[in-house]
Amino acid sequence: MAAESERVDRSSHSMDKSITLPPNEIFRNLENAKRFAIDIGGSLTKLAYYSTVQHKVAKVRSFDHTAKDTEDDPLYEISMQEEILARLHFIKFENAYIETCLDFIKDHLVNTDTKVIKATGGGAHKFKDLIEKKLKLRVDKEDEMTCLIKGCNFVLRNIPHEAFVYVKHADSEFRFQNTHPDIFPYLLINIGSGVSIIKVESEDTFERVGGSSIGGGTFWGLGALLTKTKRFDELLQLASKGQHTSVDMLVKDIYGGSYVSLGLTGDLIASSFGKSATADKEFSKEDMAKSLLHMISNDIGQLACLYARLHNLTRVYFGGFFIRGHPVTMHTITYSINFFTKQVTEPHLTELPSQGEVQALFLRHEGYLGTIGAFLKGAEEDNPNQYSWGENYAGSSGLMSTSPDLNPMQRARSGTFDMLEMDRLERQLVNLPLLQDPSSYIPDTVDLSEDALAREYWLYCFEEALDGVVKRAVASQPDLPEAAERAEKFRHKYLHKLQTLRHQPFAYGSLTVRSLLDTREHCLNEFNFPDPYSKIKQRENDMALKYFQKAVKSLEELSWEQRQFALVRGLLAGNVFDWGAKAVSDVLESDPEFGFEQAKRQLEERPWLIDNYDQWLERLNGPPHKCALFFVDNSGIDIILGVFPFVRELLCRGTEVVLASNSSPALNDVTNNELQILTERIAAMDPVIQSAVKEDRLTLVQSGSSSPCLDLSRLDKVLAGVVRERHTDLVIIEGMGRAIHTNYYALLSCESLKMAVIKNSWLADRLGGKLFSVVFKYEVPLDKKPTTLDHVPVTPS
Amino acid sequence: MAAVALVQGASRGLGLEFCRNILINKAPGALIATCRNPDNAAELMSLVAQHPGKMTVLKLDVNREDDIQRAAEHVKKVFGKVDLIINSSAMLHPSGKGETSLKDVSAQGIISTLTTNTVGPLVMAKYFAPLLQKGSGAFGQQPPEKAKQHSGIIVNITAKVGSIGDNAFPWFGMDIGGTLVKLVYFEPKDITAEEEQEEVENLKSIRRYLTSNTAYGKTGVRDVHLELKNLTMCGRTGNLHFIRFPTQAMHRFIQMGSDKNFSSLHTTLCATGGGAYKFENDFRTMADLELLKLDELDCLIHGLLYVDSVSFNGHPQCYYLENPSDTQNSVKTPCSLADPFPMLLVNIGSGVSILAVYSKDDYKRVTGTSLGGGTFLGLCCLLTGCETFEEALDMASRGDSSNVDKLVKDIYGGDYERFSLQGSAVASSFGHMMSKEKRDSISKEDLARAMLVTITNNIGSIARMCAVNEKIERVVFVGNFLRINTVSTKLLAYAMDFWSKGQLKALFLEHEGYFGAVGALLELLKSSEEP
Repeated sequence: MAAESERVDRSSHSMDKSITLPPNEIFRNLENAKRFAIDIGGSLTKLAYYSTVQHKVAKVRSFDHTAKDTEDDPLYEISMQEEILARLHFIKFENAYIETCLDFIKDHLVNTDTKVIKATGGGAHKFKDLIEKKLKLRVDKEDEMTCLIKGCNFVLRNIPHEAFVYVKHADSEFRFQNTHPDIFPYLLINIGSGVSIIKVESEDTFERVGGSSIGGGTFWGLGALLTKTKRFDELLQLASKGQHTSVDMLVKDIYGGSYVSLGLTGDLIASSFGKSATADKEFSKEDMAKSLLHMISNDIGQLACLYARLHNLTRVYFGGFFIRGHPVTMHTITYSINFFTKQVTEPHLTELPSQGEVQALFLRHEGYLGTIGAFLKGAEEDNPNQYSWGENYAGSSGLMSTSPDLNPMQRARSGTFDMLEMDRLERQLVNLPLLQDPSSYIPDTVDLSEDALAREYWLYCFEEALDGVVKRAVASQPDLPEAAERAEKFRHKYLHKLQTLRHQPFAYGSLTVRSLLDTREHCLNEFNFPDPYSKIKQRENDMALKYFQKAVKSLEELSWEQRQFALVRGLLAGNVFDWGAKAVSDVLESDPEFGFEQAKRQLEERPWLIDNYDQWLERLNGPPHKCALFFVDNSGIDIILGVFPFVRELLCRGTEVVLASNSSPALNDVTNNELQILTERIAAMDPVIQSAVKEDRLTLVQSGSSSPCLDLSRLDKVLAGVVRERHTDLVIIEGMGRAIHTNYYALLSCESLKMAVIKNSWLADRLGGKLFSVVFKYEVPLDKKPTTLDHVPVTPS
Repeated sequence: MAAVALVQGASRGLGLEFCRNILINKAPGALIATCRNPDNAAELMSLVAQHPGKMTVLKLDVNREDDIQRAAEHVKKVFGKVDLIINSSAMLHPSGKGETSLKDVSAQGIISTLTTNTVGPLVMAKYFAPLLQKGSGAFGQQPPEKAKQHSGIIVNITAKVGSIGDNAFPWFGMDIGGTLVKLVYFEPKDITAEEEQEEVENLKSIRRYLTSNTAYGKTGVRDVHLELKNLTMCGRTGNLHFIRFPTQAMHRFIQMGSDKNFSSLHTTLCATGGGAYKFENDFRTMADLELLKLDELDCLIHGLLYVDSVSFNGHPQCYYLENPSDTQNSVKTPCSLADPFPMLLVNIGSGVSILAVYSKDDYKRVTGTSLGGGTFLGLCCLLTGCETFEEALDMASRGDSSNVDKLVKDIYGGDYERFSLQGSAVASSFGHMMSKEKRDSISKEDLARAMLVTITNNIGSIARMCAVNEKIERVVFVGNFLRINTVSTKLLAYAMDFWSKGQLKALFLEHEGYFGAVGALLELLKSSEEP
C-alpha cells in the first residue's frame, strides 16, 4: 500500500554517519541546482534536483571562401564553445546521512530562486521540519502513488533497457527488455509494507485496482517476531540460507508424492508453515525466514496474475522496498509468477513462460521512481515530458552487484550513495518509421552480458585502446596546458567503468560494443574533450576534397556496369579509413600515406563474406528508388571519395537522397555540422551535387545521435518526418559500428543496403571471415520482393 | 450380413427395454429375445407383433444348460452368427426379497440365485462364443486398426448378490487430509433382533465403540452436533456419525484396525484425500486392508451435494450471514442450496483449493493457495506457543489485530482518499511488528487474532478475484478451517459483500469439513445399489 512506509529508523546506523565519498562527487553541479524533490522511505532517502551544466562543444565554421583558395588553406576552422546542458540529478542514500546531506546542500546552494521542495514517501512528514529548517525551503507533499507512476512512465520512456526479467540460474541473471514503443497499458505492483496493484493506461490515467495487506511489512514484522532478527536485509540474508521444506507442508507430505490428476508436483507447497503446527520440534531461523519469504512472494505473485488476467495485461512491473534489487525476492516473485501464469493457462506445465503470458518485470531505477515523479510534478512548467532524455553513463552508478553472498552490512555500504543522471537531449528522439516491427527491434548484434567470451575480448580491447584515446584527447587541445591532467582523469574514470562492467556487465542494461563506445564518449565529454578527432578530421577532409573531382572523372569514364561496381568498391575502400578500428588506426598512425588506392587493394576479392552484389546490380537495372536514406560513417576519404560519388550516381538515377549524420562528435565520424560545409564545397565543384542541393533532392539531416553506432529506435524526430514525407524506399547503412555492431539483423519495411569492411580480426573470425572482409548485405522485405527475385537468396547463410 | 442381436432375459425390465431400444435405434437384421416363459411375457409378445419379421422369441432358462445349447444351435442354423449378446437376467432371491437373517437362508435359494446371476452368463458365453467369433462387428464402436476390431460383443448385467464379496457392514468413508482425518460412519438403526444376534462380534464392538463414545484416544473427536439422524442409505436406515482425528495419529488408527481385525469384515476401505495415497501401503502391510483411493475433489463435490440434499435433521444445511457489512450484528440465516450451479467452492483445509463447479461432474480447480488453515495454526504455534486449533481460535477471539497490523490511517492519518481507501483498512498485516517497541509490548491474543484476520482476508481476496474472473456469483466456503470459527465466517461474508459491492454472496455449510469423507462413503455404497 504505502510505497516506503516501514519504520523510520534513524538510530541504527550511528556507527557510520560520515560520508565516505567526497560530497562534491555526489551532489554534482549543486551551484546551479533548482527544483528540488525528495522521497524519504523507511531506510533510504532519494533526492532529485535539476541543474544546468556548462560544457565545451566543438564547432566548425566555414572560412570565407570568396577569395581564391590557396592550396594550404584549411576548409574550415574548429572552435570550442561553451554550451548549457540541462541535467537531472538523482541521489539515493541511507536515511542516516540525511542531516549531513542537507547541511552540505545548504552550504553549496547558490541559486536562491528555489522556494519549494517537493516531497513524497512515508518518511517525508517525519523530516519535514528538519528540511524546512536546514534548506529554508517549503516542503510541498505530493501523493506517493502519483509520483511513483509518473516516475515509472519517465524511466520506461527515456531509458533503454530499463526493464528486465530476472533469471536466477542463467549465465546472465538480467534479461533486459526492449523498450516498447507504447509503454501503456501496464500493471505496477508496488510491494511496500503492503501491496498496491495499479493499472496504468496513459500518462495521467491510472487506477489502484487492488492490493493486499500481505507485503514487505508482513515479511519484516512476522520475520522479526519469528527470528528475533531486526533488519529487513538480514532477514533476507537468513532466508537465502534456509530450507523451507522443513517448515512447509508439501504436496508430497500429504500425498506421499505428486497429485497427478491435478498436475501438482510433490515439491509444491500445500500449506505454508503447515509442519510447524504438527511437529513439536524447533525450527531454525533460516528455515522459517525462507518459508515466510516463499509464502509472501507466492501470494503476491498469485494476486498479480489474477489481476493481470482480469485486466487482460501481460506487462507487470514490480517495485517497492520488498524488491529493491534483492535477488532473493526477485527470484521468488519470478518463480511465483511463472507458476501461476502457467496455472491460469495450462495447469499442467511449469516451464518458462512463453509469449502472451504474464512476465515478472523489474526496473533498474526502481528506487528512484517516487523522487523522479515528485520532481516531475514540481517541474511541470518546464514540460520535461516534451523532451527526450538520456542516461549519462559517466555520472550514474548503474545497477549494483546483487550477489546474495554479500554480507548485508557490506551491501548496505556499497549502496550508500547511488546516483542517476539524466541529460536533456537537444532533440526529441523517435523510432525510424521504416522499422518492420519497432517492438521487437534490438539495435545491438551481440549482447555482451550474455556472451562471456565476446565480453572479455571487447573489454580488453577498450582497455588497450585507452592509451591512444588519452593521447589523442591531449593532442586535440594543444593550447590548453591542463589538458594532460584532465585526460588522466578521463582515463581513470573510464578504466573504472570498464572494471565495474567486467564484474557487473548488467550495470547499465545489456552490455554491448555500442554501450562501451557511448560510455567512452560520455566520459570524454565529462572531462571536456568534446571532439578529440577534430584536427584529424579536418586534415583528412581537406586532403580528400582535393581528389574528389579526379575520382568522379575516372568513374565517369567507366561503362555503366563497371561504374556500379567501382562505386561500391570505392565506398567500401573509403570505409577502411576509420580511426575507431585498432587495425586501421595502427596503419594510419604509422603510415599517413596509406592511400585510397592502397585501401582498395586491401579489400577482399569477391565473393565477399556477405555478397548480395549481384542482386543489387539487378535491382539497379530496374526503376530508380524514390528516396534513399543514407546513414554515413567517417570523415575524410570515406564520406568524400566513397559516399559522395555513390550518392551522386543515385541522384543521377533520379533518386532523392537524405544524408543522416551524427548531431555531435563521436570518434572520426562526420558530424552534421561538418557535413554541411563539405557538401557546400563539393557542390561548388560539382554541378550534379549543386543542383541536387538547390532543388532539395539532396538533404542533410541530423541523426540525433552522438555515437559511432546507431539505434534506429532513438532518432531525431525531424529525420523521421523527412523520411515519411519523401516516401523513403531505400535505407543505406555504412560502417562497422552502424551496420555490424548494430543493425546487422535489423529488419526494415523497405529495401536496405548494409555495407562495411570488417576491420577487427576477432570480429572477422567470429563472422567466419578475415581482416578486411566485406559485408555487402542487400535486403528486400518479403512483401516487397518482386517475383523475379524470389529464387535469389537475399541473405546467404 | 445384417446385424444379429440376442437379448437373454427379455420378458421385462431392462431386457425388454434393450429389445425396444435395439429395434428402434439399431434396426438389426434380426433380434432374438429369450426368456424363461414366453407364454407369460405379454409385453414382449406385443413388441414382436409391432415388428413383424424382425424378432424371434426363444424359450431359455439360464439355469438349464440344455436350453442354452438348443438356443445356440438354432441361432447357428438360422443366422450362422451373432453380433451382440446381452445377458440381462438377474435376481435378488427366488423369494423376491433378500435374506436378512440366517433363518431365511436355503441352499436351494442361494444356488438358484448364484446360478442365475453368475453361472448362467458363463454357460451362455460357452455356447455362443463360436457364433460371436463369426460376428461381423455390427455393434459397438470399432477402433480404426483392423487388428483391434471385434467381431461380437457380450454384455453381462447381473445383481450384486451374485458377488461373493458382499457389501457388508460397517460402512465407512474416510478423508485423510494434511492435518486432519475425517471419518464418517453409518450406524444402521434398523437391525432386527436376529440380525443383531448373528452380527459378528468385532463388527458389533466397532459399532458400540464408535457410537457410545464422543472422544477416542487423546485426539479423536466425534462431532455429535453434526450427527445426521434417521438417514436412509441403500435401503437401510440409520445415523451418520462424523469423527475426526489428527493425521499424525494415522498409524495408531491403522494399528487399531489391525487389532480389531477389521480385515475380517472388509478387505477394502473407501478413502480420499492425499493420505489415501500416502498411507496406502501402511494399511496394506499393517492391517491387511486395501484402500479404494478416490479423488478428493470428486468426493468433496458429491458429498457436499448429497449432504445438502438430505438436509440437516430437517433444517437447511446451508446458511449465509444477513447484514454482512456489520460484523458485530450479522445474523446467521439458513438458506437453500437448491439450484447450486455454478458455484465457486472454496475448500479451506491445511491449504486452500478453489473450484468452479458447473454441475455434479463438471468442475475445474481454478487455483489454490498455500496460505490456509495449516498456516494459521502453524504460525500461531510458533508465535504464541499454543498447541491446538481450539486454543489458537480462543486466543484470537480475545485479541485485537489493530495492535499488530498497520492500518491505512496509521500511515496516512486517515483515509487514503486518492484511492478511496478507508483509514480502518489494513495496509500491512503485521506491519506494526517492524518496530521493536511494539513487538515487545504485544499480547499473544493480539498476534493470534492478527494471524486469523490475515489468513482469512487473503483467502477472501483470492476467492473474490476467482469469482470475478470465472463470472460466478455464488461462493461456497467449506473446510475445517471454518469449524467453530465465527471470526473467519463473518470476515469472509463481509469481504465478499464489501469488495463486490453486494454482487457476491458467501455461503457456508454446517458440515464444513466432512464432505470428502461423505463422498467416499457414497462411493462405497454406489456398488451396492440395485442395478
